[in-house]
Amino acid sequence: VMFYRLLSIFRRQRTSPGWQNWSSARNSVSVAAAHSIALPTQTQVVVCGGGIMGTSVAYHLSKMGWKDIVLLEQGRLAAGSTRFCAGILTTARHLTIEQKMADYSNKLYHQLEQETGIQTGYIRTGSICLAQNQDRLISLKRINSKLNVIGIPSEIISPKKVAELHPFLNVHDLVGAMHVPEDAVVSSADVALALASAASQNGVQIYDRTAVLHVMVKKGQVTGVETDKGQIECQYFVNCAGQWAYELGLSNEEPVNIPLHACEHFYLLTRPLETPLQSNTPTIVDADGRIYIRNWQGGILSGGFEKNPKPIFTEGKNQLEIQNLQEDWDHFEPLLSSLLRRMPELETLEILKLVNCPETFTPDMRCIMGESPTVQGYFILAGMNSAGLSFGGGAGKYLAEWMVHGYPSENVWELDLKRFGALQSSRTFLRHRVMEVMPLMYDLKVPRWDFQTGRQLRTSPLYDRLDAQGARWMEKHGFERPKYFVPPDKDLLALEQSKTFYKPDWFDIVESEVKCCKEAVCVIDMSSFTKFEITSTGDQALDIMQYLFSNDLDVPVGHIVHTGMLNDGGGYENDCSIARLSKRSFFMISPTDQQVHCWAWLKKHMPKDSNMFLEDVTWKYTALNLIGPRAVDVLSELSYAPMTPDHFPSLFCKEMSVGYANGIRVMSMTHTGEPGFMLYIPIEYALHVYNEVMSVGQKYGIRNAGYYALRSLRIEKFFAFWGQDLNTLTTPLECGRESRVKLDKGMDFIGRDALLHQRQNGVYKRFTLFILDDHDTDLDLWPWWGEPIYRNGQYVGNTTSSAYSYTLERHICLGFVHNFSEDTGEEQVVTADFINRGEYEIDIGGHRFQAKAKLYPVTSLYTHKHRKGEVELSDLHGK
Amino acid sequence: MCVCPGPRRIGIPVRSSSLPLFSDAMPAPTQLFFPLIRNCELSRIYGTACYCHHKHLCCSSSYFPQSRLRYTPHPAYATFCRPKENWWQYTQGRRYASTPQKFYLTPPQVNSILKANEYSFKVPEFDGKNVSSVLGFDSNQLPANAPIEDRRSAATCLQTRGMLLGVFDGHAGCACSQAVSERLFYYIAVSLLPHETLLEIENAVESGRALLPILQWHKHPNDYFSKEASKLYFNSLRTYWQELIDLNTGESADVDVKEALINAFKRLDNDISLEAQVGDPNSFLNYLVLRVAFSGATACVAHVDGVDLHVANTGDSRAMLGVQEEDGSWSAVTLSNDHNAQNESELERLKLEHPKNEAKSVVKQDRLLGLLMPFRAFGDVKFKWSIDLQKRVIESGPDQLNDNEYTKFIPPNYYTPPYLTAEPEVTYHRLRPQDKFLILATDGLWETMHRQDVVRIVGEYLTGMHHQQPIAVGGYKVTLGQMHGLLTERRTKMSSVFEDQNAATHLIRHAVGNNEFGTVDHERLSKMLSLPEELARMYRDDITIIVVQFNSHVVGAYQNQE
Repeated sequence: VMFYRLLSIFRRQRTSPGWQNWSSARNSVSVAAAHSIALPTQTQVVVCGGGIMGTSVAYHLSKMGWKDIVLLEQGRLAAGSTRFCAGILTTARHLTIEQKMADYSNKLYHQLEQETGIQTGYIRTGSICLAQNQDRLISLKRINSKLNVIGIPSEIISPKKVAELHPFLNVHDLVGAMHVPEDAVVSSADVALALASAASQNGVQIYDRTAVLHVMVKKGQVTGVETDKGQIECQYFVNCAGQWAYELGLSNEEPVNIPLHACEHFYLLTRPLETPLQSNTPTIVDADGRIYIRNWQGGILSGGFEKNPKPIFTEGKNQLEIQNLQEDWDHFEPLLSSLLRRMPELETLEILKLVNCPETFTPDMRCIMGESPTVQGYFILAGMNSAGLSFGGGAGKYLAEWMVHGYPSENVWELDLKRFGALQSSRTFLRHRVMEVMPLMYDLKVPRWDFQTGRQLRTSPLYDRLDAQGARWMEKHGFERPKYFVPPDKDLLALEQSKTFYKPDWFDIVESEVKCCKEAVCVIDMSSFTKFEITSTGDQALDIMQYLFSNDLDVPVGHIVHTGMLNDGGGYENDCSIARLSKRSFFMISPTDQQVHCWAWLKKHMPKDSNMFLEDVTWKYTALNLIGPRAVDVLSELSYAPMTPDHFPSLFCKEMSVGYANGIRVMSMTHTGEPGFMLYIPIEYALHVYNEVMSVGQKYGIRNAGYYALRSLRIEKFFAFWGQDLNTLTTPLECGRESRVKLDKGMDFIGRDALLHQRQNGVYKRFTLFILDDHDTDLDLWPWWGEPIYRNGQYVGNTTSSAYSYTLERHICLGFVHNFSEDTGEEQVVTADFINRGEYEIDIGGHRFQAKAKLYPVTSLYTHKHRKGEVELSDLHGK
Repeated sequence: MCVCPGPRRIGIPVRSSSLPLFSDAMPAPTQLFFPLIRNCELSRIYGTACYCHHKHLCCSSSYFPQSRLRYTPHPAYATFCRPKENWWQYTQGRRYASTPQKFYLTPPQVNSILKANEYSFKVPEFDGKNVSSVLGFDSNQLPANAPIEDRRSAATCLQTRGMLLGVFDGHAGCACSQAVSERLFYYIAVSLLPHETLLEIENAVESGRALLPILQWHKHPNDYFSKEASKLYFNSLRTYWQELIDLNTGESADVDVKEALINAFKRLDNDISLEAQVGDPNSFLNYLVLRVAFSGATACVAHVDGVDLHVANTGDSRAMLGVQEEDGSWSAVTLSNDHNAQNESELERLKLEHPKNEAKSVVKQDRLLGLLMPFRAFGDVKFKWSIDLQKRVIESGPDQLNDNEYTKFIPPNYYTPPYLTAEPEVTYHRLRPQDKFLILATDGLWETMHRQDVVRIVGEYLTGMHHQQPIAVGGYKVTLGQMHGLLTERRTKMSSVFEDQNAATHLIRHAVGNNEFGTVDHERLSKMLSLPEELARMYRDDITIIVVQFNSHVVGAYQNQE
């Protein structure tokens, strides 16, 4: 039947003639017209969406051997955003995972015509990203370094070279550019049709004009879909509905939150030039001018990302295909000006059309893939931030791997749906945030950038107090966290001016906060951390936790254990601290953005046992971190209890009174390696405890501090953070945490076999600390993360985080070192010896800095600067 | 509105003549006339001279505002209606100071002048929802007189629902408009109060307990209240509510807003009149109540409660509703009638109220008794009291009053007073979702701009969009360069919208700066605002504007409920 369907070529009626006739492959794909052939009643997988995402997922699933797949499209195949896509495929992306996806897509589309016989219009034109200023050039150099190490050719070129590569580009205002010669243009609609055709050959059944109404769910598991043509039972559902993915997610009885929102997007098509433009003319991305320009049928296609985007469909208005939305020339005016500035000769070129095609954006500019945290078997691939064509192949592959193998072959946490929660799904939030995100597509991306919209959603009860004291805020998972505190007498640069790749303006402020942590005591509001409580009537909680966590949790009551929550491969699903509150209850502290992921993981693996309770208590506690040598004094004065290590050893947890407030959970750890305490305070006491701490602390020199100080402290102490340094593909053994794994704790735990294997055979990468040697903090580019690491001139990995260590007065980078075979490129075992024997360099924006590699934290070189006779009166001032 | 410069309209066709504002330097003859303008003895000559003068100047878009109250005053009048001593000398002294303005204001300076009096109020939201049918309002005023004679008020009724907004245009000084602006809303609020609330308030006063607040004012810092008269005003107001309490028949019928508005207007005017007749032992207050009574003010007041909008108008300020049609365009719906000579029914009313033999004299040259432009107003006892009463009050009044030519002057053909009333005409309108905003403005705005333009400008401002026909390429041959030129031009037109954060400011910018194409011309704006104080009144009147924005969602919800 499949084969018959492939042969029965479905002649589609072209209802919208005009410029789309550049897609040539219209007629060669078989589509089962739903009105003539009844839907199957049962299948393994239903893919919803016949755009490039849906067809790519179906294609890759069928390639991996899954055959029982139904693809449903509410309109016609490749008729949504895919049809209107500008057709530019570029690997010049900021994230390595995005570069890899685009690279894979490029290779896939390149051979697609050969594989399917369908013309895709693939032309390898190359692309040129222009830099109008030095900051942009730095940004391009950083991308360039990353592209090169994963084998994508690219180079930084001079304006003169740019002029040689493109016939009529005005280059006088350029400072440089990046050329990526293997980038391409392709007709995305035809790619989607080709993928659909190949999938169809592999057995995928495709039905157009069939709309999914909602997904049927039983006991948190997908059981089927309800369509306008009947029901289909299935185990897996893939939501590739593009800009309708949000609505579709909400249509379930148990809603799946997929935070994305559409904005109108405009590009211009012209008639051919008098001497038609060569079809291999490179694509131009002029981010400072907010535009892209590609050749199109002898003329040009040019669009961009304007500063004042127009969000659309906030109310969730659905329509089968994106009908011709209004052309808005006035809105396009700045981009047109920019285009004519870049290519003045185009003045006389005749306009063909201004196309308005909505594009979908996500709250953090990264696409959304993965499995729903609430509904098993419900997968999502959507929210492409107008890079659907570039990511389509790679993203489809990763999602297919995820479904078939349980996890993708790369770490995709940055793209995982579970990085979001229900809190990012408010329509108002999305509408406001995408208005910020869309211009950001072409804004300069500098380190430590915070979104400005959709803020102050989750706040600690101390927010106003801290804000009044000069706190500057960053947001994680909707939670406001202080970055640092601006002293009353100090002014920082305006937001826009403070964007820099170099030394930031808060350097001195954070220095004084760090110093205070080292010498006296600081208080940091860390309420955003995810906090769970697990209790049971008997030993059930202990038993399941021993199985879920790699460390031994059968410790005396009151002890705190640092442990990983590992997957079968031994990789970190979560890295947390667990306090045993009583024989039968545990308090679990995880990173802020683990709220959804960790919950889903626990729910998935915990038996349905009515005698065991899992509760998210994040909102119940305000967490204050008292860091510094005098924290002991502050707490003992507030509690009338001795807090010295004899009475309160490290990694210990006790409920005690602080000030008038009773029942404060005090834990002797600080997440930084510095001495001090975490206080977990029931929120109604938060203000009281904070006020008491601050007033008693005054004589010990207490002051507020923020996350930047915390980060500097933890990185110089070689503390890895999940989500930044650690991910699902890194194991405890790879980051020197053997001590946190109890392979012999007497019972099995998830990931144990993999770790045993690793212990036997060695690790293939190793978490390493680098101290930059010849780096001038004031003058050189600062490291961020993702910088390539070179060992003896060979690329061995990328950094994962970095910070300036005020103690060492050096920059510290953390990252994984691999050992790629020089001959085959295969990964080999990394030994301590291998690490220690190398000469290392870190590539920051094209400049390599020498670095010392360490496998263990540097013992504090910090000495008290105050010597006798040097004490000043100002030291007596409160901080 | 200023009284002094006299019969400006004589010999000068209004709006068709112009002063040489837009020539780079003012020609000598005009300079010489500045002091003459003040010397009203010579005003007739001026008028003629001015006319001749303009013949050879061909500017087209300037105009003369009309003085509302025409009278040939004695210089001494100045001490009555303006605080400056010896303005005669003052203007003489300014003879050389007011030489041509060679410098023009920069855009920031222009903005600081335009924004000096701007005020915005946003109705607070509860739980993210504003349940009031009013989103908020923007207001602003631009003086031409020194000091400005316009006033504005805005307040929320605390014991009843609804919001009050009003503009007041004073003449013969600002005393009356000031008094009305601080007192009228209290009279209205009291008129709207149910019997029990009145009793409660009266009992509180009686027993010295804290009073229920009645009004929440929304004031610009420049909007002041008179401290000295506060007690006096309160006593009059209390007498009013005591009478309301006594009059109450016991049936607690729903208070009729229209009736309440009319009663409040009439009562306040009556109190103003009484206070002047009775006088006050305190000489300052005594003088104040007389100044209030002898000067005048028009009032245009809106009361918004849910979808019920009442406009009470006395005089020639105007209330205009901005309605957005389905195609997005704007249309203006007038919610008040001007009480002046252009209004047929007003002419009719005046004629009916007086004997037939006065038919010719009651309105002359489009003015009441040949003097006053608005046909209804607060104060202005010269048009209300009998000649006897006027003489008696003036004689027993303070010397300043006695020496004043204007107060002593009795209007000609003054046979059957009163000729003037403060009774408002009340219009009711039930708000619909397409009613987006209401503009209350004094005639200073309406005489410079057509109502349709006013509504369009505010509408486009509030929706942030210029209603320009969208461009479509269609089948035409258009090059990128041509399109770019067209778009740049359209953008320049729009850019003026974004300069202002206040709809009223934006409107004033247009009213003062519009060129013949209907777009703001900065040079023109700058010149207009650079005019010296004593000249400004020649080119424009005080302008006061309140723009009330309605909440279409709430209004729509009201509609759906029924």
